[in-house]
Amino acid sequence: MNMDVSTLTVCQAADGLRKRDFSSVELTRAVLAEIEKKDAGLNAYLSVDAEGALRQAAAADGARSEGRDGALLGVPVAVKDLINVEGQPCTCASKQLVGYVSPYDATVSARLRKEGAVFAGRTNMDEFAMGSSTEGSAFKVTRNPHDLTRVPGGSSGGSAAAVAGGEAVAALGTDTGGSIRQPASFCGCVGLKPSYGRVSRYGVTAYASSLDQVGPITKNVEDAAVLLQALAGCDPRDGTTLDVPVPDYRAALMGGLKGLRIGLPKEYYIDGADPEVTACVRRAVAGFAAAGAEIVEVSLPHTEYAIAVYYILATAEASANLARFDGVRYGHRTARPESVFDLYAKSRAEGLGTEVKRRIILGTYVLSSGYYDAYYGRAQKVRTLVRQDFVKAFGSCDVLLTPVAPTPAYRIGEACDDPLKMYLGDIFTVPANLAGLCGLSVPCGKTASGLPVGLQILGPPFGEGVILRAAYAYEQEVRS
Amino acid sequence: MSRYLITIGLETHVQLKTKTKMFCGCSLAFGAEPNTNVCPVCLGYPGALPVMNREAVKLTVMSGLMLGCEISRSSTFDRKNYFYPDMSKDYQISQQARPLCLGGGVTIQLPQGPKRIRINHIHLEEDAAKINHYARFSGVDFNRCGTPLMEIVSEPDMASPEEAMAYLQALRQILVYAGVSDCNLEEGNLRCDVNISVRPEGQEALGTRTEIKNMNTFKGISAALDYEIARQLATVARGGVIVQETRRWDPDLGETQSMRTKENAHDYRYFPEPDLVPVALGSELVEAWRASLPELPSVRRERMMAEYGIPGYDAGVLADAKENADFFEAAARLCGPGQGKTVSNWFMTEIMRLLSETGKTVSQCALTPEALAELVTLVDRRVINGPTAKELLPELFRDGGMPGALVQARGLGQVSDASALEAFVEQALRENAKSVDDFKAGKKAAAGFLVGQVMKLSKGKADPQQVGKLVAEKLAKLA
Amino acid sequence: MSHTIDVAYVAELARLELTPEEKLTFQQQLETIVKYVEKIGELDVSGIEPTLHGQALANVFREDVVVPSLDREGFLANAPERNGFEFKLPKIVEDA
Repeated sequence: MNMDVSTLTVCQAADGLRKRDFSSVELTRAVLAEIEKKDAGLNAYLSVDAEGALRQAAAADGARSEGRDGALLGVPVAVKDLINVEGQPCTCASKQLVGYVSPYDATVSARLRKEGAVFAGRTNMDEFAMGSSTEGSAFKVTRNPHDLTRVPGGSSGGSAAAVAGGEAVAALGTDTGGSIRQPASFCGCVGLKPSYGRVSRYGVTAYASSLDQVGPITKNVEDAAVLLQALAGCDPRDGTTLDVPVPDYRAALMGGLKGLRIGLPKEYYIDGADPEVTACVRRAVAGFAAAGAEIVEVSLPHTEYAIAVYYILATAEASANLARFDGVRYGHRTARPESVFDLYAKSRAEGLGTEVKRRIILGTYVLSSGYYDAYYGRAQKVRTLVRQDFVKAFGSCDVLLTPVAPTPAYRIGEACDDPLKMYLGDIFTVPANLAGLCGLSVPCGKTASGLPVGLQILGPPFGEGVILRAAYAYEQEVRS
Repeated sequence: MSRYLITIGLETHVQLKTKTKMFCGCSLAFGAEPNTNVCPVCLGYPGALPVMNREAVKLTVMSGLMLGCEISRSSTFDRKNYFYPDMSKDYQISQQARPLCLGGGVTIQLPQGPKRIRINHIHLEEDAAKINHYARFSGVDFNRCGTPLMEIVSEPDMASPEEAMAYLQALRQILVYAGVSDCNLEEGNLRCDVNISVRPEGQEALGTRTEIKNMNTFKGISAALDYEIARQLATVARGGVIVQETRRWDPDLGETQSMRTKENAHDYRYFPEPDLVPVALGSELVEAWRASLPELPSVRRERMMAEYGIPGYDAGVLADAKENADFFEAAARLCGPGQGKTVSNWFMTEIMRLLSETGKTVSQCALTPEALAELVTLVDRRVINGPTAKELLPELFRDGGMPGALVQARGLGQVSDASALEAFVEQALRENAKSVDDFKAGKKAAAGFLVGQVMKLSKGKADPQQVGKLVAEKLAKLA
Repeated sequence: MSHTIDVAYVAELARLELTPEEKLTFQQQLETIVKYVEKIGELDVSGIEPTLHGQALANVFREDVVVPSLDREGFLANAPERNGFEFKLPKIVEDA
C-alpha cells in the first residue's frame, strides 16, 4: 500500500478501496502494522484482535467484489473499551472486568458491522469513563502523540491518541462531561458529541445515564459526518433515543459561513484560561467574522454552577450504574468471601480504582437519606436553569463558539493529587451534556511548544447539521 | 384490662399476565430451564437498558380502574438502590414519587355489614431472580428476574385477620376478573407483605408496627397474622415494647422470627430512573381502556340476578369465579327466557360437584355451554326426563359432544305415549299388590314407590310426571 | 449545610471495603468537593422544575412480544463461579 495510512482519512480510505488502489485486507494490515510499531510508545490500545479484524476485512473485500459499496465498507475503526462488541473484551479499563467477554453487540457496534466496517482494536480510557486524562486507566498510561510526556486528555484518551498518532483511521469515544471533545482538543483531532438521544447507548457501559453519548473521533470534519451518519438514529433498545429523522450530514457540511450567526458566551471568555489557548480561539473567531459570519455576544449566566451540578448528578447516577459490578454474574470476584456482604465489598474494593471509588462514594452520599433535596434534588433544578440559558442564547445565534478546555494538555502526573482541580478543567464542556446539546471540537492552532488547541462549536439539540457546517467551513476556508 | 385495637395493612405483589418481562423481551413461559429466559437487560450486563412493556402498564391501569383508583396523568419510575444477589443491577426499577394509580379501594363483606378497605396506591416494578439454596452454596436463576410486578399498597384499614383475608380474597377475585393475573399462589403470582400493629383503645396514634414479608399462601398469611397479633398483645400486656422490624414467618414452627439482618432500615436512595421517560396517559386512552374493562364481580352478580331471574345466593356462587359466570351466562342465553334458575341449578349442583371431584376448572372440562343448554332444552321439551339428563351429564363433562346426538343414537327418548305408559302402570300395579294394599290402607307413600317401579319397568325412560298422574288415577279408581 | 461526611457509612451503603488510609484520604477530598458543590445553594430555585431526563420525552414503550434469548452459555461463561446452569454463590445465611 503506497498511501500513508497514518494520515489516511475515512473518506480517502473509502475512495481508495472503491478505486481498488488497495484492499481492505491491505488497509487493515497497514493499520495493524502502525499499531505494532507505535503503540508501545503511545499505549493507545488495550487490545487488538488482529485475526478477527483481518477476517472482517476479507469479508468486506468479498462483499465489495460482489458489487457492494458504502462509506465505511472495509474501513478499520477503533472503539473505546467500554462499547460491547460481541466476542471481544470490554474492560472499561478496569480490573473489575478482566476476562469479561461481550455476549452481545452494542447498537453502535451492530451498525458499524452492518456497514461492513472493521473493528481495528479497543482503546484505552479512564476507568469507567471517569476522568479527564486517561491516567485513571487500571492498565496503561496513554501518551499524547504531540508530546509523550503529556496526557492525551480523557476519558476517551486512547481513541484520540490512536487517531492523532496515526494508529487508527478513526475511532469511537464517549462523552459524558467532555470526554470526546477534550481529548480531541488535546490531541489535535476532531471529536463530536451528538445531542443526547441522537445515538443509541444500548451496549455502551453506562457512566451517567442522562448525560452519556457515543461519538466519533476523526482526523477531519467530513469523517466525523460520515461516522455520525452510520451511528445516528432511534433505537428501540434505548428508550431515551428520539424518533427524529437523520439528515444527510455530509450534505449539511456544505452550507458555508455566510449568514451564520455565531454566539460568544461571555462567561467562557473570562481571565484564567491559558493565554495561548485564548489566543488560538480568538484568532478562530476573527476568522469566522472575516469569512462572513455574524458574531453576537450572548450570556449563559449559570455557567459557574455547571461543574457543581455535573459532579452531583453524574456521580449519583454512576453510583447506581456501577452497583452491578459486584462479582455475582461476571467480572472479578474476591477469593474467599465469608458472606454475601463480603463478596460485594471485597470484590469491588479489589476490582475498582481510586477515582471510581471516590465518585461512587460521592454519588452515594448525595443520594443518601437526608441529603437528597439539598444536593440531587437541587442540582436537577439548577440543571434546568443551565438548559434555559442555552435555549435563550440559541434564540439569537445558530452556534456557540468557545474554548474546549482552559489549558492545553498538561503533564502526566500533574493533576493526580487534586481531584477538584481536575474536575474544574471540565468547565467549558460539561454544560453541553447537562443541556443535551451537540458539540464538537475542531483543531484551531497550537501553542508555541506545539500543543494542539481545540475550538468548541456547540449547537442546539439535534443541530448536528449546523455545527458540522460551521466546523467544515472553518476547516476548509478559515483555518490557514 | 384495657382493650386493644389491631391495625393491619397489606402490600400485595401481583405478577402480571404478560408474555414478556417488564423491561426486555425475554419470555415469561413458566417452567423453563434455569437461565434460558435471560438477556443482557435482565442480567444487568454493562450497557443494558430497560424499555417499558406497554402491556404491563395497561394491565396496571386496568387494575387501578377496576379498583376505583385515580390514574396518574404523568407517572415516573425510580431506582430503588440495594445490593442483593437476586437483583441483577443491584437496584430495582420501581415507582416511588409518582406511581401509576392513586387511591381506590375494595369493599369487603363482613357479618356485620360491608366495610371499605382503602388503597393508598398501585405501582409497577420488576421482580427479582430466584435463589436456590443448597447444602453448602446457593445458586441464582434469573428467569424470573424482570417479571412485571404490580404492587397494591392498602391503607392500614383492616382491624382483624378476618378482614385482611376478606380483603385479599376480594382483591384476588377482582384481579382475576380483570384478566391481569392468574393470581395463582402456587406459581408465585401473588405475594404479600403484611404490616401489623396494636394500640390500646382510646389511643389515636398507631402502635409500632412489624412487617412480615413475602407471604405466599393464604393459610400462611392467616396463621402469621394470628401469631403476630398474639405475640404483640402478649408483649404489650407484660409491659414490653414492640420493636419496629421485619420478621420472617416460619411455617414449620408456626411462629414469626426476628430477622438478623445488618440494617433493618434500608436507605434505598430513590432517584428518578434516567433511562425511562415518563408515562403520560391521555384521558382518551384511559377511557378507551375503561370501556374495555370486564364488570366487577359485585356488579355482575346484580346483573345476573336481574337478567336471568336467579336469586342472590345463586348469582353470588356463580359470580365467584369469572369463568363459571361466563359459562352460566353463555348457556342461559341459549336456553331462552325463564330458564335461568334451571340452568343455575344444573351448574350449582351437578356441574360444581363434577368440578370438585375431578379438580378441573370449567374451561378445562369438555362440557360446553351449548351442550348444557341443549340438555336443559331437551328436558324442558320433555324429550328426555330429568334422571336421564342427570346420567348423561358426567359423560358430556368427560368426553364432550352434544346430548341430542347421544339421545338419538341410544334411543334414550322419554316414553310419553299414553298407551305404552298405561301398560307399564298396569304391570307395576299387578306385580306390586302389597303396595297397592298399603296405599288402600292409607300409606300414601306407596304411590311414590309404584311410580318408581314404573320407571324401572320403562328402563327409566318414562315421563315421570305422566306416570305419576296415571298411577294416582288408577289408585283412585281402586280405592 | 456544613457537616462531616460519614465516609465509612457511605462506603458500606456502596459495598466498598475501604482501607483506613482510603477512608482518611477520601474524607478530606470529599469534604473539599462537597464544599465546592454546595455553591448551588446560592441560587434561588423556587418554582423551577427539575430536569429528570436527558431530553423531554414521554411514552416510549415496547410491545409485549417475545424476543428470542441469546444462548445462556455466553452469559454463564462470564460467571465467576457456576453451578450447572446457575450462577453460584457462597451459602446465603441472611434473608432479604
